[in-house]
Amino acid sequence: MNAGATVRTTYREAMREAIRDAMTRDPRVFLMGEDVGHYGGCFAVSMGLLKEFGPDRIRDTPLSEAAFVGAGIGAAMGGMRPIVEVMTVNFSLLALDQIVNNAATLRHMSGGQLSVPVVIRMTTGGGKQVAAQHSHSLEGWYAHIPGIKVLAPATLEDARGMLWTAIEDPDPVIIFEHTLLYNMEGDLAADAGPVAIDRAAIRRPGRDVSLITYGGSLYKTLDAATALAADGIEAEVIDLRTLRPLDEATILESVTRTRRAVIVDEGWRSVGLSAEISARIMEGAFYELDAPVARVCTVEVPLPYPKHLEDAALPQTDGIVRAARHVVGGNG
Amino acid sequence: MTAPAHGDKPHLTREHLLLLLRQMLLIRRFEEKCAEMYQAQKIKGFLHLYIGEEAVAVGCMQALTPDDAVVATYREHGQALARGVPATTLMAEMYGKQEGCSRGRGGSMHVFDAAKRFYGGNAIVGGGLPLAVGLALADKMQNRARVTACFFGEGAVAEGEFHESLNLAALWKLPVLFVCENNLYAMGTALTLTESETDIHAKAASYRIPSRAVDGMDVVAVEAAAREAAGAIRGGEGPQFLECRTYRFRAHSMFDAQLYRDKAEIEQWIRKGPVVRFETWLREVGVLHDADAKRIEAEVESEIDAAVAFAEAGTWEPVEDLTRDIYTPRAAR
Repeated sequence: MNAGATVRTTYREAMREAIRDAMTRDPRVFLMGEDVGHYGGCFAVSMGLLKEFGPDRIRDTPLSEAAFVGAGIGAAMGGMRPIVEVMTVNFSLLALDQIVNNAATLRHMSGGQLSVPVVIRMTTGGGKQVAAQHSHSLEGWYAHIPGIKVLAPATLEDARGMLWTAIEDPDPVIIFEHTLLYNMEGDLAADAGPVAIDRAAIRRPGRDVSLITYGGSLYKTLDAATALAADGIEAEVIDLRTLRPLDEATILESVTRTRRAVIVDEGWRSVGLSAEISARIMEGAFYELDAPVARVCTVEVPLPYPKHLEDAALPQTDGIVRAARHVVGGNG
Repeated sequence: MTAPAHGDKPHLTREHLLLLLRQMLLIRRFEEKCAEMYQAQKIKGFLHLYIGEEAVAVGCMQALTPDDAVVATYREHGQALARGVPATTLMAEMYGKQEGCSRGRGGSMHVFDAAKRFYGGNAIVGGGLPLAVGLALADKMQNRARVTACFFGEGAVAEGEFHESLNLAALWKLPVLFVCENNLYAMGTALTLTESETDIHAKAASYRIPSRAVDGMDVVAVEAAAREAAGAIRGGEGPQFLECRTYRFRAHSMFDAQLYRDKAEIEQWIRKGPVVRFETWLREVGVLHDADAKRIEAEVESEIDAAVAFAEAGTWEPVEDLTRDIYTPRAAR
C-alpha cells in the first residue's frame, strides 16, 4: 500500500469497515440490535454484514431494548465482545436500567471481580425533521454515569478507528453517532485503523477563543471559525471526542492560551454537558479568563418537526459566530 | 407433564439427603444470625431474609455443575450459600468488610463470587433476567454446554424485562433455567392484586418455554424438577422454566410491619415449612436420627460462628480505595 494513499469513503462506510474489521480480528465480536441483519441497519451501517458473517454473528433482535442490551452486558461477562446497536438514544431509554444499574455498576459493586467489555452504539442528534422522539441529544446523561465511557466520533478517522479501541477496552463503552454525519464523505487514509479514545483533538488551532464541541456540532463550529477568521478572530476548535472521561487537560490548556471559551453542545443547556465543561473551566482556569464562558446549546424545547422551527432550536453556525464575537468583543 | 428426554434423577442416598438438610439448615441459621446482627447494628442497609424458601435454592443448585452460572436477586443469601459461596466471605459482605465476597461494597443485596460463577445479587426487580440471557448467549456462541440458572420472584413477572428475556431466550434457544420463586407477595402486594394471570408458569408456556409448577416447600421435588430441566437444557432443548411455589416466613425487609397478610396465613405456611417438613420425613423413613440432627446442627453452628468471627475480624476498605475498580486498571500504554 502506498504511503499516504487515501480512499474516498463516508462516515457510514467507515463505521461499517470498523465493524467488519473488528469481526475479522476477533471471533468473540458480534453485532446485535434491531434490524441490523436482514434490513441492513436502520441507518444502513451494517448493510451486507449478515451475508458476510452469518446470522450467528449479525443478530437481528426483537424490539426489546432492555433484553438485548442486557444480553450484551451478560454476554460480555460471559467472555464475548458484543457490539450492541440501539437505533437512537431515545430508544436507549428503554434499556437505561441495564446500562446504568448493571453495566456501569457491576465492576465496582463486585469489588473488581467482573468486567463488562460491551460496546453499545446508538445514533443521536437532530436535523432530520423526525421530531421530538427521535432527535434529542442525551449523550450528556450517559456522560454523568461513573463506570461507563462515552465516545462521540465526529470524523471519518474516528468513525473508522474508535470502535476497535472501544472493543479492546475492558469496560462498557457507549458510542454516539450523530445522525447527520452518516452521509459525510471525504478522504480517509487507506490504512486507517484504531485510534486512541482518551484525548480530545484540536481540529483547528487559534489564539483568540476556544470553541469546544463534539459530534455533529463540530462542522458548524468549524464553519463558525472560518467566518470568524474573516473578521480577524482566530478561533481554536476543540473536538472533545470522548465525553466521559473528559480530557480536561486539553480544554484547560487551550483556554489558558486563548482566555475565552464558547461551548457548543446540541444537548440542552440546563444541567447538561456544557454546564459541566463550563464548571471545569471555572475550577481549573478561572483566573486565566478574560470573559465569561459562553454556551450555544439547543433551545429548551422538545424538537419540533417543521424545518424552520427545528433549525431555530438547534445550535447553528451564525449563533456560534455571535457568541464567539461577544466573548472576544466583550473584553472591554 | 411429560417425562423429559434427558432425565437426571436425584440420587436419594442417605448422604445426599443429609446434605440437603444441612444446606437448608445452614441457610436458615445463617439468616437467623443475620437478623440478630442486624438488630445489633453490625449489618446495615437493607436485609431481605430467605427464611421459608430454602428448598428452592438448595433443590435447584443440586442440578448445577461448577461451570454453570447463577444470577439471583437481592434475596440471594440462600442461593449464594447453596452455590458454595463461603459463609465467611458472605457474612463479611453483610458487614461491609473488605474481606467480603464483593469487597464489602455490595452488602446483603449484591453478593458476587466470580470463582463460583455467582453473578449477583441484582436488586432491580427483573434486571437480572437479561444478564442471564446474555451469559447463556455467550455459552451458546462458544459451544459450551453450560446452564445459567436465573432466580427471580413472582413480582418480576410484571416487569417488561421478564417478557423480553423469556422471548429472547426462547427465540434463540438459549441455555437458561428460569426459576420463579413465587412467594405470593411482591414486597407487600399480593399476587392477586398485581397479575391478571396468577398461574405464572402459564406465562412461560406462552413463549413456548417448557414450564412447570413445583412445590417449592419440598426440596426433593424441587431438585427433581431442576435436574430434569437442566438435563433438557444440556440436551440442547433451550430454556426451561420452573415456578417454585413457596412462602417468605419473615418480613420483606427489616422495615416491614407486615400489615398486608394475616398471622394465621404465616403460621399455616410455617407448619409446612421446608426444613420441618423434610426433617420429619427423614425421621419417618429412618434416615435421620437424633444423633445426626445434633451433629448437623453443631456443624452448622460452628460454621456460622466461624463466619461471624471472620466478619468481626474483617477490615474496612481504606477510603483511598473508594474509586478503585470503577474502571479496569490498565497498564500505561
